[in-house]
Amino acid sequence: MTSPLIERTDAAATAGARLRRVQPTLVLAILVLVVVLAWAVAPGFFTPVDPVQGDAAAALQAPSFRHLFGTDATGRDMFSRTVYGAIHSLSGAIIAVTVGLVLGTLIGVLAGSIGGVADDILMRLVDVLLAIPALLLALSIIILLGFGTTNAAFAVGITSVAAFARLVRSEVVRVRHSDYVEAAFGSGGRYLAVLVRHVLPNSLTPVIAYAALHFGTAILAISTLGFLGYGAPPPTPEWGLMIAEGRNYVATSWWLTTLPGLVVVLVVVSANRLSAALASRR
Amino acid sequence: MTDPAAPLIVADRICRDYRLPRATLWGPRPVRSALREVSLTVHEGESVAVIGESGSGKTTLVRILLGLGTPTRGTVTFDGRLVTGTPRSRMLWLRRESGIVFQDPYASLDPRMTAGQIIAEPLRALDIPGNHQDRVAEVLDQVGLTRDSVERYPNEFSGGQRQRIALARAIAHKPRVLVGDEPVSALDVTVRAQVLDLLTQLRHELDLTLVIVSHDIGLVQGMSDTVYVMTDGSVVESGRVERVLADPQHSYTRKLLASVPTFDD
Repeated sequence: MTSPLIERTDAAATAGARLRRVQPTLVLAILVLVVVLAWAVAPGFFTPVDPVQGDAAAALQAPSFRHLFGTDATGRDMFSRTVYGAIHSLSGAIIAVTVGLVLGTLIGVLAGSIGGVADDILMRLVDVLLAIPALLLALSIIILLGFGTTNAAFAVGITSVAAFARLVRSEVVRVRHSDYVEAAFGSGGRYLAVLVRHVLPNSLTPVIAYAALHFGTAILAISTLGFLGYGAPPPTPEWGLMIAEGRNYVATSWWLTTLPGLVVVLVVVSANRLSAALASRR
Repeated sequence: MTDPAAPLIVADRICRDYRLPRATLWGPRPVRSALREVSLTVHEGESVAVIGESGSGKTTLVRILLGLGTPTRGTVTFDGRLVTGTPRSRMLWLRRESGIVFQDPYASLDPRMTAGQIIAEPLRALDIPGNHQDRVAEVLDQVGLTRDSVERYPNEFSGGQRQRIALARAIAHKPRVLVGDEPVSALDVTVRAQVLDLLTQLRHELDLTLVIVSHDIGLVQGMSDTVYVMTDGSVVESGRVERVLADPQHSYTRKLLASVPTFDD
């Protein structure tokens, strides 16, 4: 066995080629998310108009160059409100995803790695959580915690814990029975070390993809709660609340509901597209 | 270490039962015996082959020998120390003495680690003193891989190369015993011969005790000293390789030998 084998398989080369091929829808999705993120970070840069102060003389104006998204009944600029609303929706979605991801991963890893009775108990609890409709669960939690954007986001996060826990558990169980985990134990790896070094990193790819998907769902859920009046109080420019406020005028001033609604749809679809890209990258 | 005549590994009447799901609602859970009273002895420096078809319990046996599985009954001692009944966390001494190579080189390497990290795994986990990078480079030479393999990931290697990485990991911490669970059956014929040659060569260079499990009795010639033939969880025949190959006693061994393709008659 003297000659070193140096031929390479082309698996690495094709993976590189797949990454380099530009996917237009993915680029568009990332662009949308970047713009919305920029709105959240520096809203003043995109619109000089105050989102809360209205100009009564310019109430209920249709979209124009002066007011891109039109104005509402008190003369507030809807585009400005949408831009300033990004921070509420995004931070809410980030809180929701973090809560779901962290608690769900914790439960899933515990259930999947300990197994046995602990697994049964944890997963039956998760089943109970899954059996309650998400919106009902979120509303109950908000009523317990009190109204507000942060509480609404937290509630939305709790509703996703069960789904995260299930996904993480199934991944942990799959990886735990793989040969390389057995080999790691055979190499003298201790239980926790193997869990952290081998099981967790190999379990998390689909979980990250699901987190991106849930990011979109969370924005939608937070907007739903805002629409129902369980989220931010008026006059906060929160997307769900804006749509709710506009629905009395839907017959005469379509832009009040339609344009913020379209922004929500765009962001959700973009998050889904990004999630699909993350999921296919293995 | 101890009395040179004393065997290194002794498995004494090992049984392993698996409880299956209930067949009927109120009936007892049926039991399937993967191992029935299997005894096995491995001496220091010896090369032992365990031969049997899939489902004969040979993988269960090696897992138990290395303390990666527990038998229902029976005991295993390694160098006079009891393996069975010891919790996994207190078996680091056994890990230091043994290395294992699995069947599928595509499944036994963590896809997120570089070859260097994989090979250094036992050095790190067992807290082996010395420079780990130097040791990794040294083992890479021994298994016939280039030193620049260190930075590459498993998916950049072919099946045979991956099995060499697995082999490098198994010998990195200088174990006394190397256990192979079907180490070549996932490889194609030419690569297989290379890896087998490498195993034999390493055994002599490093004074390894070798325990190889395989379904292929054709593999034992020139490679093993002692062979155990298993079927349905029991050892049906064992002895020196030359004796078993020349004069098989059990009908199952004869059946296995008859199925080996040969060029001459």
